[in-house]
Amino acid sequence: MAFGPFLLLATLEGLLQAAVLTLTALGLSLVFGVMRVVNVAHGEFYMLGAVFAWWVASMFGMHPAVGFFVALIVSPIIVGAIAFASERLILKRLNYDPESTIVATIGMLYIIQQTTLLTYGPDARPVPAPFYYRIQLPWFGYSGYNLFVIVAAIVMLVAVWFVLSRTRLGLIMRATQFDRETAQAFGIPIERVYAFVFAAGAMLAAIAAVLIVPIRQAHYLMGLDPLLLSFIVVILGGLGSLRGTVVAALLIGLSDGIISVFFSPTLAKMISTLLVALVLVFKPEGLFGAKAR
Amino acid sequence: MASVTLLRTKGLSRQFGGLKAVNDVNFAIREGEIRALIGPNGAGKTTFVSLLSGRIAPSAGSIEFLGNDITARPAHKRVRDGIAYTFQITSIYPMLSVFDNVALSAQSALQRSPGAKPAVIAAKAKEALEHVGLSDRLRDRAGTMSYGHQRLLEVAMGLALEPKLLILDEPTQGLSDGEIENFCRLVKEISRSATVLLIEHNMPVVMKLADTITVLNHGEILAEGSPENIRANAAVQAAYLGTG
Amino acid sequence: MTASRTMRVIALHVAVLAALFLVQFVLPDYHYLAMTRVMVLAIYAMGYNMLFGYTGLLSLGHAMFFAAGLYGAGMTAYYTDLGVPLAFLIGICCGALLSLIIGLVALRTTGVAFMIVTMMFGQVAYLTITYFTDYTRGEEGLTMPASARNFDFLGLHVDLTNAVLRYNLALALLAITLFVILILVRGPMGRVLIAIRENEPRTLMLGFDTFRTKLGALVVSGTISAMAGAAYGLLFAYIGASFASIQYSIEALLFTLLGGAGTVLGPLLGSILMFYMIDIASEYTAAYLLVTGVALVLLVLFFPKGILGTIRERWLPWLP
Repeated sequence: MAFGPFLLLATLEGLLQAAVLTLTALGLSLVFGVMRVVNVAHGEFYMLGAVFAWWVASMFGMHPAVGFFVALIVSPIIVGAIAFASERLILKRLNYDPESTIVATIGMLYIIQQTTLLTYGPDARPVPAPFYYRIQLPWFGYSGYNLFVIVAAIVMLVAVWFVLSRTRLGLIMRATQFDRETAQAFGIPIERVYAFVFAAGAMLAAIAAVLIVPIRQAHYLMGLDPLLLSFIVVILGGLGSLRGTVVAALLIGLSDGIISVFFSPTLAKMISTLLVALVLVFKPEGLFGAKAR
Repeated sequence: MASVTLLRTKGLSRQFGGLKAVNDVNFAIREGEIRALIGPNGAGKTTFVSLLSGRIAPSAGSIEFLGNDITARPAHKRVRDGIAYTFQITSIYPMLSVFDNVALSAQSALQRSPGAKPAVIAAKAKEALEHVGLSDRLRDRAGTMSYGHQRLLEVAMGLALEPKLLILDEPTQGLSDGEIENFCRLVKEISRSATVLLIEHNMPVVMKLADTITVLNHGEILAEGSPENIRANAAVQAAYLGTG
Repeated sequence: MTASRTMRVIALHVAVLAALFLVQFVLPDYHYLAMTRVMVLAIYAMGYNMLFGYTGLLSLGHAMFFAAGLYGAGMTAYYTDLGVPLAFLIGICCGALLSLIIGLVALRTTGVAFMIVTMMFGQVAYLTITYFTDYTRGEEGLTMPASARNFDFLGLHVDLTNAVLRYNLALALLAITLFVILILVRGPMGRVLIAIRENEPRTLMLGFDTFRTKLGALVVSGTISAMAGAAYGLLFAYIGASFASIQYSIEALLFTLLGGAGTVLGPLLGSILMFYMIDIASEYTAAYLLVTGVALVLLVLFFPKGILGTIRERWLPWLP
């Protein structure tokens, strides 16, 4: 393949990666931004999204599209409910103490992952794509479903942006993020906002996973890589900054494909993790985000 | 008593964004005196003593302590030099015993003479606690004591540092009248071994204790003089009445 | 008053060590080996506790220090003929050096950022080991050669395949660690560490160089953890990348939390209990890490002081 088409393919793959990563990282960023909770179990909500998608899809034997679109609704709802419950049962009781909640979410990571291993098993299982359509470009054919994922992610992003900046709910969330005590004094039910935000963050990860599961497969360990990448994105983008998160996710997603052409994946991970740790030490407000309050 | 200058600032300034919290302050304090620093809220008093203690860095100007330039010296080293700071908001170790709170100070003071025995630390700590009248509370957990006692503990921690300059940031805030009287006696006693710089709102306390009063307003020195002079100073009255 | 307290503390710790010494005469083979491992892991957790329990710094990457000792010692024993004792020393030095470097960088952060930064450095260490798989054999690991199992040291013949010797070497290292930590935390340094944990700004304004003290605590902690790693690799003749994984970092946290953070004997107790809990669970299911998850959540929710921390609070205030 010539360089031009190759670059186009790499860009498309990068965009796909970036789309899924943006949604996942946005969930992590939202939870950290509003609640100041670092959710180490975030990747497991992603994994659950994929596993429930497989479960729902395999119950609907008819056309794959029926199973898929039902899964796109049902799976995030189940995941959101699980996140909601764990927020009520665990995080709330810890009073959202930053250090205790990290320890607790590490525990949740193991509980969710190992329970999935017990029930769903150690195998990777595929979910059929809702449709197969190859877009024939002059140089190569490209899966129409991949483009659908990119578009769907953009739609979700716009929806999240709309909710956050144009609705009363978003205003309440921003007020809570800005100053918890004052928001409470103005009668905002902080606890309900927190539970909602935690569930919404998990649902974003679950939606990302349902979108990607026809391309990758559902596996009980699939949450670890998105977790690490989301951390990288959120730190580079500036903790709690949504705009920074999107920019960083695009950058990481797009560069990921290109970096792994030149370096071994391990070396790429090594260097990027090290760089991100150094960013957190020396430039904690992130590279793209506004300075944290 | 020779009047040796203990600490001197030249053109000391600190800005926060556009706000000049402390602006071009030339200030000197003699060894052995009790100096009160007064001024309306937001006059820059706490910022000023934070600059002296090294908790924040100045934007411009210099600080001299016993003839040495300490402008760039980190806070913990200034404490070892002999500048002790007690916090405006009580800052003790609530989970540790009263004794351990003060023993930490004593241990810090003894960093200057390495290899000090635990017994020496204990003796110094007990001495400081006796000074403030808390020696019967050694084993109590500091956080369980009343607010007034916690303030006394804070002073004992300052004392056990064996400072040359003890900075007290609003020490009588929240104390009862009886406690305040007791406190004034304590400060008089401390001033025999250390120079005291006192930020205080309670004017009777200031008038009773201070040898000299410095008035800060809008980050600048408005007036300086004996309590009688300051009481009679029209500009000071205007500043207090004007900005409340 | 304090003298009798000191005697009581020493008596307690000697009694614990004596019990560990005596129990070797009744343990069946399987538990004999298991307890040897537990004692080495307890040293690792005790090192972790120096930082987490006493200084209040929660690291999520301590496996890198364990791995520094493990690989520093193991690679030396595998690739060179410097001898096992020297390899052990090199392992410890690797840990000391690594913890110094990590401390100089990571201690510029506090709280949550410190946790994430240490986790990421730990991950980098793990990836480094797998990247140099030509030398380390990655997850598969390296088994020590015969020359590292049987050797002469100061005229004595040492046979590390001998279970009795291994048990008592582990016990000796545990005893040394226990008393070093006891002396440190009951001395002036320990008092400052606890002060930093309780109120860092105040400690700075009492004239203590808190950064240097924290760095000191991290280096002591990392070095002890590295010693555990070096001992582990040499005693059990195997080094592998999984010892550097994040899960190993979390185990140190879990052992310490269970036994009681900020108590000298807590990590030992936590290591024994948790090791057996995981061991028993893994007989029944492949998902034995579920135990780890449940234990973490329950501890942080209902039992944040751990076993000995709670005992100290309720009944034995003199417990160090």
